Amino acid sequence: MLFPLPNPANAHPRVVITGAGVITALGRGWQANAEGFRTGRRAFRTVSHFDVSRQRVKTAAEADLPGVLSPAFPATSLTRRQRQRLDRAGQMLLLAAHEAWQQSGWQADEPGADNLPLVLGTTAGGMLLGEAYYRQAIGQPAHHRQQAVRAVYYQPQVQARMVFDALGCRGPITVISNACASGANAIGHAWDLLRSGQAECALAGGYDALGELVFSGFDSLQALSPTVCRPFDAHRDGLALGEGAAVLTLETLHHASQRHATILGELIGYGTSIDQHHLTQPHPQGQTTLAVMRQACASAAVTPDDIDYINAHGTGTPLNDSSEAAAISEWAGAHADALPVSSTKASIGHLLGAAGAVEAVVCLMALRGQWLPPQELFDTPDPACQFPIVHQPQEANLNVVLSNSFGFGGVNAALIFRRWL
Amino acid sequence: MSRIFVAGLGAVSPAGWNVAALRAALDQGEPLPVQSLPRPGWPQPLRARLVPNPPARPDFLAHPRLRRTSPITHYAVAAALEAAAPLRQHSAAKPLRLGVVGCLQSGCVQYSCRFYDETLANPATASPLIFPETVYAAPTSHVAALLDNVVLAYSLVGDPAAFLQGVALAAQWLSENRVDACLVVGAEEPHWLTADALRHLDRPAIVAAGAGALCLCSDPALAIGIELAAITDAHTLTARLSRAQAALAMRRQLGAPQSGELLADGLGGSPRPDAAEAAAWGDWPGPRVSPKRLLGEGLMAAAAWQCVAACDALALGRSPAATVSLVGSNQQAIGARFVRP
Repeated sequence: MLFPLPNPANAHPRVVITGAGVITALGRGWQANAEGFRTGRRAFRTVSHFDVSRQRVKTAAEADLPGVLSPAFPATSLTRRQRQRLDRAGQMLLLAAHEAWQQSGWQADEPGADNLPLVLGTTAGGMLLGEAYYRQAIGQPAHHRQQAVRAVYYQPQVQARMVFDALGCRGPITVISNACASGANAIGHAWDLLRSGQAECALAGGYDALGELVFSGFDSLQALSPTVCRPFDAHRDGLALGEGAAVLTLETLHHASQRHATILGELIGYGTSIDQHHLTQPHPQGQTTLAVMRQACASAAVTPDDIDYINAHGTGTPLNDSSEAAAISEWAGAHADALPVSSTKASIGHLLGAAGAVEAVVCLMALRGQWLPPQELFDTPDPACQFPIVHQPQEANLNVVLSNSFGFGGVNAALIFRRWL
Repeated sequence: MSRIFVAGLGAVSPAGWNVAALRAALDQGEPLPVQSLPRPGWPQPLRARLVPNPPARPDFLAHPRLRRTSPITHYAVAAALEAAAPLRQHSAAKPLRLGVVGCLQSGCVQYSCRFYDETLANPATASPLIFPETVYAAPTSHVAALLDNVVLAYSLVGDPAAFLQGVALAAQWLSENRVDACLVVGAEEPHWLTADALRHLDRPAIVAAGAGALCLCSDPALAIGIELAAITDAHTLTARLSRAQAALAMRRQLGAPQSGELLADGLGGSPRPDAAEAAAWGDWPGPRVSPKRLLGEGLMAAAAWQCVAACDALALGRSPAATVSLVGSNQQAIGARFVRP
């Protein structure tokens, strides 16, 4: 029952991650992405999926996807027709979920696979299908071919169901759309579900594809960088968009230990709140950012001094980065001098609803590999940065790391991960 | 496990801008009149049940945050403020930490279409004022901005049964003492595109718009005489679980009704989409109310109206208990029971 909630046998069990799937412009899968993030490779190119000839900015970080009918697309329980109905967002979601599922070693016939929560964050779901629907409805109002399919498959909950059909499991689906904090909120919500005893395992992540409406939206706001996305640089002039997906398999430590699973890391803290300052602008001093980092630390029972690295939201817009820098500087205090920070949006752009989930995977990669993800082309730090920006590849001794995510509408979220030895 | 109560109700519907208007329409039992919704490229308009203009300009529209908002936000804010109104006398004594869970299916379709239309015409002149209002999270954010001390806010997207997921999420936040009260708001706005899409999936349905809100709390002193007794599992539709099976599984979890218990169902009058839910509740012995039959297919707003109608009947002492049945179109079936404490 969703209510009343069960009384957990083990109050607030520890939650670990046993599988992670990721696809970004850096590549498909853990290995390709880990190598790209470790070296800070940038993955931008001229947008090819829609016409950008009349846009102010013409580049983004597009992901390369295998065709849904190609042998490179994972073999799942989806029928040929179901695969053909997936848009780019649905394809990326499925690729990430399949990789996470495989890595975790979960099986569809295991106990619990019939009640496996799937928590996803997205800002647009199948918006590409929605755009196609609109174009046809306006351009060919008497033609209805494919419209019913588009009307169903653009909905994110239907894309989520495709994940279950593909993997052969089922459970409650929750789609969180807290704008660009969605992916982090989805992982945090899954963590809440496990900690409150509502489940032993969960799939959680985020996904979003580049689309014409959203690209044009950010361009119209003049939020896109006409040069190079340089988070926290004094000369930064905007963000770059990207696309991708990341999915994690979360389970209680007890569950993972019982089945001798390989553990990638532990999720130890989560904080979220809402900044009511403005629909699209953060509080200048980052008051809500400060609050969610403190919340996350409190839930993780750590202090800022324990944090070894921050994967910042760091969009590269003047307002976001100065606000976040102010909040991190105040939150870290004297520790700020020795707290490395970077934004991997410099490599893959802003993935919107996928950002928090992909950046969670980056944190796990860094903890596993003991390296810091650098930002290339970083030059002059913003004066608000009291902390060092990682701008070249380097090894590090990482034990606990934090990831920030913020969204239009003001929702802020922070996740804290611990290395698993 | 904490007990969870209802502290207030709010509704905006084709019947009007409050719960009393919704109640009057349901009591009358006659389908509301249908309006035309012009559809570009077609000589004939689509049909819809639209929210009437409010009798006076709502005060909240003077808030700077609402200057450029579309109807979905107006409906969500109006329903949320009505549901939160009873809290205000209490919050004067002690500031309450509020949560907001916004639930949507179609979402901010008016500005999304308008902005995309401008983009297709010429992206260089697409309005930056509109774009931020296209995101699913915008109405929730505006509701939060108009209320004091909102500390948690989520926007959930799904089929209409996701409204009860929102109620469950609010109950979890309250149980964990993360908030003192939590608004759950379901809202949709009218647009020809929604009506056009619905026509492909449920031809007899008449699209509607509006919002509904429940304000939940864990302090019985804040309650208006309604307690949340149960929310079933989310019975997700999959290749192995049909809508009919999901509806039956949901019904089984709720058990036998009390004598005189009200059923607020989601039947809309379309035989095929209604079949699963009608079969699951065919032997219901007590009174029932079907808001969508009278008000139209309001998607997430209609789910909220069902909950509001159920709770309103309890608050008025008309029923000792009320069950809400939400058999969604493409995600899940979830049911809930509310009782008088």
